[in-house]
Amino acid sequence: MGKILVFAEHTNGKLKRSSIELLHAGFNSGNEVAAVVFGTHGDDIVSALNQNGASEVHILKDGALDSYNPELYATNLISIIGKIQPAIILASASSVGKDLFPKIAARLNTGIASDCVSLNISGDNVTATKPMYSGKAIATVNFENSPIKIVLMRANQLPIESIDGAKSSKVVEHSLVASDLRTMIKEIVKGTSEKLDLTEANIIVSGGRGLKEASGFQMLNDLADVLGATVGASRAVVDSGWVGHGMQVGQTGKTVAPSLYIAVGISGAIQHLAGMSGSKVIVAINSDANAPIFQKATYGIVGDAFEIIPKLTEEFKKALHN
Amino acid sequence: MKIFVCIKQVPDTETKIKITPDLKGIDSAGIKWVINPYDEYAIEEALKLRESQPGSQVWVLTVGPKSRANDSLRTALAMGADEAIVINADGLDSFATAKALAEVIRTEGGAQVIFSGKLAIDDNAASVPQMMAEFLNIPHTTVVSKFHLAAENIVVERDTEGGSKEVVQMMAPAVVAANKGLNLPRYASLPGIMKAKKKTIKEIEYSTLNLPAADQKVSYTGMTLPAEKPAVKMITGDSVAQVSELVKMLRDEAKVL
Ligand SMILES: Cc1cc2nc3c(=O)[nH]c(=O)nc-3n(C[C@H](O)[C@H](O)[C@H](O)COP(=O)(O)OP(=O)(O)OC[C@H]3O[C@@H](n4cnc5c(N)ncnc54)[C@H](O)[C@@H]3O)c2cc1C
Repeated sequence: MGKILVFAEHTNGKLKRSSIELLHAGFNSGNEVAAVVFGTHGDDIVSALNQNGASEVHILKDGALDSYNPELYATNLISIIGKIQPAIILASASSVGKDLFPKIAARLNTGIASDCVSLNISGDNVTATKPMYSGKAIATVNFENSPIKIVLMRANQLPIESIDGAKSSKVVEHSLVASDLRTMIKEIVKGTSEKLDLTEANIIVSGGRGLKEASGFQMLNDLADVLGATVGASRAVVDSGWVGHGMQVGQTGKTVAPSLYIAVGISGAIQHLAGMSGSKVIVAINSDANAPIFQKATYGIVGDAFEIIPKLTEEFKKALHN
Repeated sequence: MKIFVCIKQVPDTETKIKITPDLKGIDSAGIKWVINPYDEYAIEEALKLRESQPGSQVWVLTVGPKSRANDSLRTALAMGADEAIVINADGLDSFATAKALAEVIRTEGGAQVIFSGKLAIDDNAASVPQMMAEFLNIPHTTVVSKFHLAAENIVVERDTEGGSKEVVQMMAPAVVAANKGLNLPRYASLPGIMKAKKKTIKEIEYSTLNLPAADQKVSYTGMTLPAEKPAVKMITGDSVAQVSELVKMLRDEAKVL
């Protein structure tokens, strides 16, 4: 049975939840899991990878990989793939994953299933499912003509249960393969938010035109702070310039799948639903009882956001303190 | 300077989707087809680049069944593109599509910049631009919301996570995959539409490219409609009662807190 390579992403040395999901899926399949980590991190990441199911850890600790460069990442990962010779590669459909792995698939003359929401591994074979047509259909992706099967998973789709993965592991340190770069990262402009990206957030509080003006988002930020949530928005308010377009959820924004999505003053246009209908629980708060968002919601409140949200924030505070 | 734009025709989001009896695809009858929204940003940026670089030409290129894909090329021509090519094929996956696009761009003499959308909203694969760049052995940047060309250097802004951005410089030629925010796509003008009608679209049969059958790497089966959600639970009462009931439901019933 072939190995599963998990491309493990971390934020300042802390494993991302989405990567832990992949490690567990690999471990639970019974295959051997080889994790690959790039960039600067502390030594404790090795034990975190072990505990989450990796029996082999491949480290490329080099500051040159602290920021993402497609060419440098591809060259180095392909060299490590050559050493591990995995049957399957699992990675997150993250900003880096989505950019990098199609390039790798092309170079390795192999197939990729992207933006997947479920995974079925059996020996060297894997199938995955993915939403298509804005979530109006779900399809199974099958591989053919693919020596290595690459699957990119959306975050928050796979269970994290406690697993008995704490056996010792082989640690392999790799050194940087320099390549002739035609791509250069000149500057990284950090976003103002310290919160998880929308695509990874477990709870999202999203606002629309019902918030009347940009300042209406203040009360959503307060609510989000209490919940540890990330704030999203409809296109209408992004286009009005109330918030940045990195916050847009929907067809021409981000596709999100949190456990809880709270839509405030959002009508529920099909293009918005396209980006969030995969959320586990949807709460809609809207003054119009006929707003289409209620047809997709799990729980609905007809009411004025300006009256409901501050009270809801207080109520969550109480509930989360007990 | 030659600028290529790769576009895809996709079902309009408002269109109702019907799955074919073999569960491998969707019934194309009755579907309203549109240019993938991200590709409109790509077309617009190509036209803007041409305007800033006198003597340049914008070529639009698509892979699809020519019977309908030609409509999207006509729209791009009406917006102002100079030339259009369709690679006549149906059901190619991202890998085979990217290979075919790269092949045709190469045989048509290459380009200084190749634009595309960052993903197509039908299968959300976000793969073709990067694969095409790899097949052409040139750099790429995806999710681009700002573009600038200075001599041999392409400088772009790439949107990453949490509202962060990277400023990336690439040596031309390169592939640039557009995000929303790059520009505001123009509408086709009436004279543009009239002019576009008279243009010939070059048709290339996929089979004449002699690409390996093994370029097809993934296939879709077992297509289903998403499970119906249970009916919404409306929470009534005054606002105090509503919020306390909602929090209780989220904690005890939905168990998401
Ligand atoms: C090609 C294309 C792509 C698109 N992509 C996206 C996308 O990615 N994401 C997206 O969101 N949209 C997208 N749209 C736009 C979409 O069609 C809608 O126009 C948009 O989602 C509407 O935003 P909204 O719900 O905030 O505003 P509206 O539709 O104006 O809804 C505002 C809602 O607020 C409610 N409201 C008003 N006052 C209050 C109050 N005091 N308290 C509570 N509720 C109140 C109203 O009842 C109403 O339901 C796209 C459109 C097109 C054509």
